[in-house]
Amino acid sequence: MTTPIEFDVNLLELSHVAKRFGGLSALSDISLHIRRGDIYGLIGPNGAGKTTLFNILTGLYQADSGRFTFNNTEYSGRCKPHVLAQAGIARTFQNIRLFANMTALENVMVGRHLRTSSGIWGALTRNATARAEEHAIVQHARALLSYVGINRPHQTLAKNLSYGEQRRLEIARALATDPKLLALDEPAAGMNATETESLKELLLSIRASGITVLLIEHDVKFILGLCDRVAVLDYGKKIAEDVPEKIRCNPAVITAYLGTEPIIPAQAGIQS
Amino acid sequence: MRNVLKHLSSKDRRGAWIAFVVLAIVLLALPFFTDALFGRGWVRIMDFALLYIMLALGLNIVVGYAGLLDLGYIAFFAVGAYCYALLGSPQLGLHLPFWVVLPLGALLACIFGVLLGAPTLRLRGDYLAIVTLGFGEIIRIFLNNLNAPINITNGPQGISMIDPIRFGEFSLGNTHELFGLTFPSVHLHYYLFLLFTLLVIFISLRLEDSRIGRAWMAIREDEVAAEAMGINTRNIKLLAFAMGATFGGLAGGLFAGFQGFVSPESFSLTESITVLCMVVLGGMGNINGVLLGGILLVVLPEALRHGSGPAQQLLFGKTLIDPESLRMLLFGLALITVMLWRPSGLWPSNQRRRELVAENDTAQL
Amino acid sequence: MDTLLQQIVNGFVQGSVYAMVALGYTMVYGILGLINFAHGEVVMVGAMVAMSVIQLLIGSGLPPLLILLISLIISIVVCMTLGYGIERIAYRPLRNAPRLAPLITAIGVSIVLQNLAMMFWGREYHAFPSLLPNNSHMLSGAIITEVQLLIVFVALGMMGGLLLLMHRTRLGRAMRAVAENPSAAVLMGVNINGVIAITFMLGSALAAVAGIMVSANYGIVHYYMGSILGLKAFTAAVLGGIGNMRGAMVGGLLLGLIESLGAGYIGDLSGGFFGSHYQDVFAFFVLISVLIFRPSGLLGERVAERA
Repeated sequence: MTTPIEFDVNLLELSHVAKRFGGLSALSDISLHIRRGDIYGLIGPNGAGKTTLFNILTGLYQADSGRFTFNNTEYSGRCKPHVLAQAGIARTFQNIRLFANMTALENVMVGRHLRTSSGIWGALTRNATARAEEHAIVQHARALLSYVGINRPHQTLAKNLSYGEQRRLEIARALATDPKLLALDEPAAGMNATETESLKELLLSIRASGITVLLIEHDVKFILGLCDRVAVLDYGKKIAEDVPEKIRCNPAVITAYLGTEPIIPAQAGIQS
Repeated sequence: MRNVLKHLSSKDRRGAWIAFVVLAIVLLALPFFTDALFGRGWVRIMDFALLYIMLALGLNIVVGYAGLLDLGYIAFFAVGAYCYALLGSPQLGLHLPFWVVLPLGALLACIFGVLLGAPTLRLRGDYLAIVTLGFGEIIRIFLNNLNAPINITNGPQGISMIDPIRFGEFSLGNTHELFGLTFPSVHLHYYLFLLFTLLVIFISLRLEDSRIGRAWMAIREDEVAAEAMGINTRNIKLLAFAMGATFGGLAGGLFAGFQGFVSPESFSLTESITVLCMVVLGGMGNINGVLLGGILLVVLPEALRHGSGPAQQLLFGKTLIDPESLRMLLFGLALITVMLWRPSGLWPSNQRRRELVAENDTAQL
Repeated sequence: MDTLLQQIVNGFVQGSVYAMVALGYTMVYGILGLINFAHGEVVMVGAMVAMSVIQLLIGSGLPPLLILLISLIISIVVCMTLGYGIERIAYRPLRNAPRLAPLITAIGVSIVLQNLAMMFWGREYHAFPSLLPNNSHMLSGAIITEVQLLIVFVALGMMGGLLLLMHRTRLGRAMRAVAENPSAAVLMGVNINGVIAITFMLGSALAAVAGIMVSANYGIVHYYMGSILGLKAFTAAVLGGIGNMRGAMVGGLLLGLIESLGAGYIGDLSGGFFGSHYQDVFAFFVLISVLIFRPSGLLGERVAERA
């Protein structure tokens, strides 16, 4: 979290990325740039290809063509999720995927796996190095748990946390990997107004600590009120990319979402 | 241990030490008591129980921690046993010392584990189950048939006259007089096996509560999420396989040295299932549960063997069901019942207990 | 006698049995995404029941074909009930449980069935009564018995019927829908529990027939016959592409041929080091090779990898 924030450099670049499933073209010719330090939003109607794009960025799918550059390194072609995590992309899942039978603390500790190195030997001998590392992992994980606002005993099993806590635990786990880019798949889904508000504050504070944030959302109001830049997908194509104010009155976006009527904020809040 | 003690008050700490010392004395005196009360046959059964516990602990790493269902686990036991048998018997005329052969067998089993795990690891778990099942059978077919044209394994007759485990001039195959006490061979093996079992327990506990152990459990809980968190799932799963297989090979070597005889018959699918039952019944991923499962599943069938015949005689006037198939039938039923009604096994797992502690914490707040 | 042709004939006969059993694996896998570990035991039960029925009726003076038909029907009914029971006990309660759970219950069911069979029918090998005259025909140098001919024709007929069922009927459409997307199928009004139960029962019916075929071909039944046969049939399903019914058929025939040719020539190939008792090993090597080089199988579109 000590990296200087360079606002003028792109952290992630996609050019002409395409993905097909069988005969279905899920994404075609997607190009976009995410600048360091931005909160970048990705919106679009259901089935627009948001999650597909997201899965390409995190290595779950491979793009059929196009270039994918992250932090000045190219990751096109076969790239496993753990390699991208190593490179600094951390993610959460739309349908929460915590390690249900592990404690909240352990969930976050698993996130530290990547940035630590003890192996079998360290585990067996518990030498000074291993002990120090383990201690650091616990401290880091505890700090992250309170940072995202989980005030329960840290020994609570992940599956017994409330829905909002589970969402935040996923964020804490992702943060534990020391990401450069935190990619969140519909983090506000199913949250009430208060929870959404505190999520917003959390995301702003994460950004303030120097981490770039990528958000996929259904909730257009949420995203337009939070993001620095927003891209809109429809039928696997990018139909707009701009600052929120411009997106709000972009005719193509309005057509994609509502047919012909303009988005007025009250209507735009499509809560799921 | 030290960590646990640190958290206890001084009074509790003294209690823990006393419990520890009492347990140690009981474990040390156990073969003599058993010998005196039930006869030497039961000491032998205890020796086998320890071997099974080692196997169950090894399988627990694969199935319980990493969530990879291995149905041919006994094959690694076979590899260890045959390695010992071939290098320490008249079969090939080799008589390498115990301290060379045993690690070699464990290493060989470990290599087999990795070789077998590698092709299946990017596939779904059930493929692994069936491939390991096949592998278990294949190993047995090879052991059965590698007696011609060159006689390597001596086929179905097996290898006999295997060298006993020997430390220098001190052979575990003989009775020894020490400190004024008579130690028959089965007693000596008991202590050796106990030592190894404690070692395996120690290793398991250390691994469970470590970076590697957490990675295993993360994979068990959700492989996709684990990989997204930067865990190289392939390597970590292979590591689980290698560790499990190593323990299997180790137990196999000890088995060969103890028995003095190995044959393919000892390594059937039934044995794999028995070990799996121990892990599932006691509680997957939980050392105490696995220990309990191991002890139960060795002692109960023995009791069954002695008890079911007379009981059936009494009830029906003849033996309807032979104890061996009754045993397997009960194992099968146990697998079903446990999975349906008590998936975490007889002994609630560590997490469950930790959770209970956490609930108490909340209650006090 | 031409050895090569003979091996091909034998392989084809054995392969049709594998194909029938493989269909059971593939159908369940297609619909639940699980390997039905107890399927091999269903084959064994089918064979055992048929044997007992035939033994019971053989002295009754009924015509042999009628006896065969009665035993076939009884064995199919028993196996379908068994298949339904397996689904209800081992799979349905655990449909949303972690994947390991149904796998373990299925193994439990398989052990229980095996040991019950052993108690019921004993440990020994039984001769499967031969009802049909043991006539054989020469086929340009290879011998094929009438039983073998019957096996191949019945297998082809049943597989053809199954394909028709899958693609031409409401039930088949429902089954394919559930395989494709269970939750969507529910929304479309498909009775998903019913469809799954029927899938298990259909697979078990095929298994019963296969059990009778394999016992008639070898003339032997044994309580342990199911597990190794199951393993091979599963291999056949993977070879063809698991979840794909045509794949299971092709995979079964192919595996039968590979095994038969392999066992026939391994002695020559290895310079006499390996003999034909390594026959059972081939299926395993086929399985491993497919998993390494083409996990989706020959005809599989579905990738076995977990997304």
